Amino acid sequence: MATMNMLQAINNALDIAMAENDSTCIFGEDVGFFGGVFRATSNLQEKYGKERVFNTPLTEQGIAGFANGLAAQGSIPIAEIQFADYIFPAFDQIVNETAKFRYRSGNEFNVGNLVFRTPYGGGIAGGLYHSQSPEAYFSHTPGLKIAVPRNPYQAKGLLLASIRSKDPVVFFEPKKLYRASTGEVPEEDYEIPLGKAEVVKEGADITLLAWGAQFEAIEKAAEMAEKDGISCELIDLRSIVPWDVETVAKSVTKTGRLLINHEAPLTSGFGGEIAATIQEECFLYLESPIARVCGLDTPFPLAHEKEYMPDHLKTYEAIIRSVNF
Amino acid sequence: MTNPNNVTLTDNHTVEFVSGNALAIPTLRILKEDGTLHKGASLPDLDKETALKMYDTMSFIRVLDERMVAAQRQGRISFYMQCLGEEAAVTGSAGALDFEDMIMGQYREHAAIHYRGFTLDQFMNQMFSNEKDLGKGRQMPIHYGSNELNYMTISSPLGTQIPQATGYAYGQKLKGEGKCTICYFGEGAASEGDFHAGLNMAAVHKAPVIFFCRNNGYAISTPADEQFKGDGIATRGVGYGMKTIRVDGADLLAVYAATKEARRIAVEDHEPVLIEAIAYRLGAHSTSDDPSGYRSKEEEEKFRSNDPVERYRLWLVKQGWLNEEEDAKRIEQLRGDILDAVKKAEVIDKPAIDELITDVYEEPTPHLVKQLEDTKQHIKKYPDAYPVTAGRIS
Ligand SMILES: Cc1ncc(C[n+]2csc(CCOP(=O)(O)OP(=O)(O)O)c2C)c(N)n1
Repeated sequence: MATMNMLQAINNALDIAMAENDSTCIFGEDVGFFGGVFRATSNLQEKYGKERVFNTPLTEQGIAGFANGLAAQGSIPIAEIQFADYIFPAFDQIVNETAKFRYRSGNEFNVGNLVFRTPYGGGIAGGLYHSQSPEAYFSHTPGLKIAVPRNPYQAKGLLLASIRSKDPVVFFEPKKLYRASTGEVPEEDYEIPLGKAEVVKEGADITLLAWGAQFEAIEKAAEMAEKDGISCELIDLRSIVPWDVETVAKSVTKTGRLLINHEAPLTSGFGGEIAATIQEECFLYLESPIARVCGLDTPFPLAHEKEYMPDHLKTYEAIIRSVNF
Repeated sequence: MTNPNNVTLTDNHTVEFVSGNALAIPTLRILKEDGTLHKGASLPDLDKETALKMYDTMSFIRVLDERMVAAQRQGRISFYMQCLGEEAAVTGSAGALDFEDMIMGQYREHAAIHYRGFTLDQFMNQMFSNEKDLGKGRQMPIHYGSNELNYMTISSPLGTQIPQATGYAYGQKLKGEGKCTICYFGEGAASEGDFHAGLNMAAVHKAPVIFFCRNNGYAISTPADEQFKGDGIATRGVGYGMKTIRVDGADLLAVYAATKEARRIAVEDHEPVLIEAIAYRLGAHSTSDDPSGYRSKEEEEKFRSNDPVERYRLWLVKQGWLNEEEDAKRIEQLRGDILDAVKKAEVIDKPAIDELITDVYEEPTPHLVKQLEDTKQHIKKYPDAYPVTAGRIS
């Protein structure tokens, strides 16, 4: 085991993927020699050459379309979109093409080998164009898988699983944790299966659910609640599509309560989807309404970032309301 | 139009391809580095007052950049972007416009908004996201904008302003105002789909827009030769069927002359124009960037001697329009003024919490009003956790 931060873990996963297959390519804005603006692709160009690790022109639409073609041809493209906020110029290519390649051709063609990596989320004083969490837009499109790691161990395992998946994956990386989150990461190859949630801590009174950087908020809130004698079960969803209904439902059946925390705005956020499904699965076991602690329905602010964030205090308050319902 | 395909059909009976660099576009240069004119070059029609105003803007921006990069290093602001090396390109073009012409920048064009009258305090209020910021503290530092000054607020997603400029300019033409729009962008942003969409629509619909590409050699770490092939960005203007010129971006007089004529073409002939200004981004991309990772000190040094501000200053002195002693004093004074303005802006309150939900829609919707109310109640309970707003919630 080695101690790595999330960027190192991602770099390590990319290194393994590059070494294992000569047709794996990494590309995006500034990812070449410079190693990307966050340095996730450092040293890979030196190691694998300019043909396989390269800077693209500044066009997300081009990057995504190029990735689609490359994947359809049978290579393994790992494309970086510099910030998740800038994935929207690529939206048509991802939503109409990547997601539907297999379906529309009757599986004559597919782009299953494709991964889009992109840093998402706030907490870095980035304001409205460097802080968005756009996972819900993609979750609404059948054909795309979506994963979000919360620590270096997951980042490596989930990324390797995404790269080897036979379906295209949008891989959201919480940039706030890139350097802040460090931990033990096996140096050898391993995968964390897509579609499986992780029960991080067992508890009896309420299930708290989050993913990526927001996991920290529910962890801290749970610590506060434990002092009041409330026992929280903590689940990291890890994959947004497909998401692990079974694990969440099993937990809620036990605790009778669910709180979902995500950073994206409340309205049409993925929390709404989870709430609807769990209400269906666990209706007779619920002891309080499913709670959602989310970003506000405004663009991501700068001066009021703290006020906007679904932080541990807001989560704690929601736990208390839920338990006292 | 020669035929329904809208192409010129000149017969050829051998297989011959036109090469990608077949259009060698010349570069307009007027001022030499020593402040004298190139042989054969003629001075643009430029009065003393405008000439000095442009100089004031360039020297202001230079001092502002230097001080704000330092302020960022001291942790007083979160982020900064300077325009070192490109002062003449932005100032010379902005100076050639009418006040009512619209300016749509990318982000490195603060010289243009200063030229229009954006004050030192206004700069600071934006950078410190305080309650006096016209943008209400929502965007990162350097995202300026002012309706009063006809300067569209900067948006971070690159290239998005290019087709918008076309639409804006078309509206100006419809209203017969005799005005135009200038749209700035980098050679990197010229790779975005929006660039192609914007230029094509401008050409077809004859919008009075000046596309101004600052080709400064880099898009963050990516050098221009990994960004595009062909001869610069200028050839694309020709490809889209518009009048195009390439200028030395470190030569204020060349930029000024080119933009004056571009404005005339846009407004009188109702045609879009493309200007490519060749410059060098002498500084880092932003304060989050370290160029030593992707370019050499020697390269930077080579361009450091090609200083656009110094070149223009020498010319002004030769014209007898600038007194060197007074100029040095003024620059010293500016340094002090900027420091004072920093101190003033950093203690002004952040915008009130109510601004969290304004301007999302024209009027806050009921769900936003409720979310704000809940947020306020929450902050009251935990005032220490939200120091920016807690003390001012009634
Ligand atoms: C759509 C989009 N993609 C990526 C970015 C991140 N980004 C900000 S500036 C920049 C480089 C821009 O280079 P260029 O257009 O040449 O302008 P310069 O910085 O050289 O003035 C990049 C990639 C962005 N802001 N928007």
